[in-house]
Amino acid sequence: MQKIHKIASEIEKDSIISLAEKGKRLDGRGLEDFREVTIEAGVIEKAEGSAYVTLGDTKIMAGVKLEIGEPFPDTPDKGVFTVNAEFVPLASPVFEPGPPDEDAIELARVIDRGIRESEAIDLEKLCIIPGEKVWIAFIDIYILDHAGNLFDASTLGSITALLNTKMPEVKVENGEVKILDKLVSFPIRKIPVSVTFAKINDKLVVDPCIEEEHVMNARLTITMDENDNIVAMQKGGAGTLKTEDIYKAIEIAKVKTKELREKIPRGVSNG
Amino acid sequence: MKFIKHEIPQKLITEDGLRTDGRRFHELRPIKLEVGILKRADGSAYIEQGRNKIMVAVYGPRELHPRHLALPDKALLRCFYRMASFSVEDRKSPAPSRREIELSKVIREALEPAIFLERFPKTAIDVFIEVLQADGGTRCASITSAALALADAGIPMRDLVSAVAVGKVDGHIVLDINDLEDKYGEGDMPTAMMPRKKEVTLIQLDGQWSIEEFKQGFELALKGCEQIYQLQREALKKRYIEIREQAAKEMGENAENT
Repeated sequence: MQKIHKIASEIEKDSIISLAEKGKRLDGRGLEDFREVTIEAGVIEKAEGSAYVTLGDTKIMAGVKLEIGEPFPDTPDKGVFTVNAEFVPLASPVFEPGPPDEDAIELARVIDRGIRESEAIDLEKLCIIPGEKVWIAFIDIYILDHAGNLFDASTLGSITALLNTKMPEVKVENGEVKILDKLVSFPIRKIPVSVTFAKINDKLVVDPCIEEEHVMNARLTITMDENDNIVAMQKGGAGTLKTEDIYKAIEIAKVKTKELREKIPRGVSNG
Repeated sequence: MKFIKHEIPQKLITEDGLRTDGRRFHELRPIKLEVGILKRADGSAYIEQGRNKIMVAVYGPRELHPRHLALPDKALLRCFYRMASFSVEDRKSPAPSRREIELSKVIREALEPAIFLERFPKTAIDVFIEVLQADGGTRCASITSAALALADAGIPMRDLVSAVAVGKVDGHIVLDINDLEDKYGEGDMPTAMMPRKKEVTLIQLDGQWSIEEFKQGFELALKGCEQIYQLQREALKKRYIEIREQAAKEMGENAENT
């Protein structure tokens, strides 16, 4: 069930709208500017991969845990991954303890779509014994401080954590899986990055902060791979978008995804 | 277990440019729409689109329980998209899945812009969607049908909402994808719009689409919504004519009795 918390004061609403009409924003950004992004990889030693992302005041932690398990019957030679998001109560006065609500489920499923549809993970390399044993990657996103635009922070966190993931080499002896000491990189071949827009009156703003999310009519998230393919898209919110909004958002996303991708730490780190 | 085997075609598009069900790229599946099919609901509608069979009931505006959820300035719209356990090849557990929760949310957000919720503060408008058989594009068929059920309930609306999914199948952009094209095709883009206002109320996408492909697909989806809108109007008109005839008949009977 939806949460009934998206209430902003009329004064705040008016000021955000009138600023947007002038091409300005509460925090002094331009309409197409991201807040400052920091991405740190390998911050949780006990996780196979992890990343801590801040996007302005928004903070999220993504972690990857690996297990050996069974493949799905229809893809016997492919590994498995799942994405889950936890809106823990420390992150916002309106988050409550309990199982993921529809916002958390939507977030996780949109992040999942970006990774899955871009074929970011080479799932065949996660197969150990076809039909029997494969690697299963659990990508868990913890929202720590919800100051807006969880989608882009979580996409960055998830893909960074995956790039940071180390998995042990395995050997199969007489049908038994033996885990070796040597660690190898997790097989990542694409880096999907998302850009989220809020439509405020008839203006599109990039990377909405929480105040902007409270007053927006609609949200649009566009995820692209490094070849400018659109690999996931999701409209949210109770308002509407015009065709021109969507086309304009794609052009902006094409530029912004490249800029964000540059900020992702690659290669070996302390994870 | 699958006892009924469905053959997976070698190719999703034949050399003659035909799809698995014999359609051309820009053709919709046969669509049957019925309004006012349920006795107890305030509004209802049924859609068959290909082999999709979906029933929608609307209750409300009505008193909201639990009451603390009530909104002071408008009605609370709630939407429940559920698939029957027998609607798909492998039995679906009746417990709501994460997919159903997400779809309930995006369907609600696709319908919400069309409804004058501010006319009914502190009440609830509930939309219940039961997918009895799923054949690809169920969220869009649900939206198309739910818009009719809302209209049937007499809820004031700015516009109808019409929805269709386009897909990328064997490299072609095609309208209204079926189950096979959804499962084995390269991409899916469910889209909904308010047809008179030309505003988009739902857009989702998976697969890999170049910007050009996206634009081609999106424009095709808008054209498809336009066609579906005409079918929705006809279904509503048909229902109103039925109501008028029924009322005339009842008035006639009353006249005879007095």
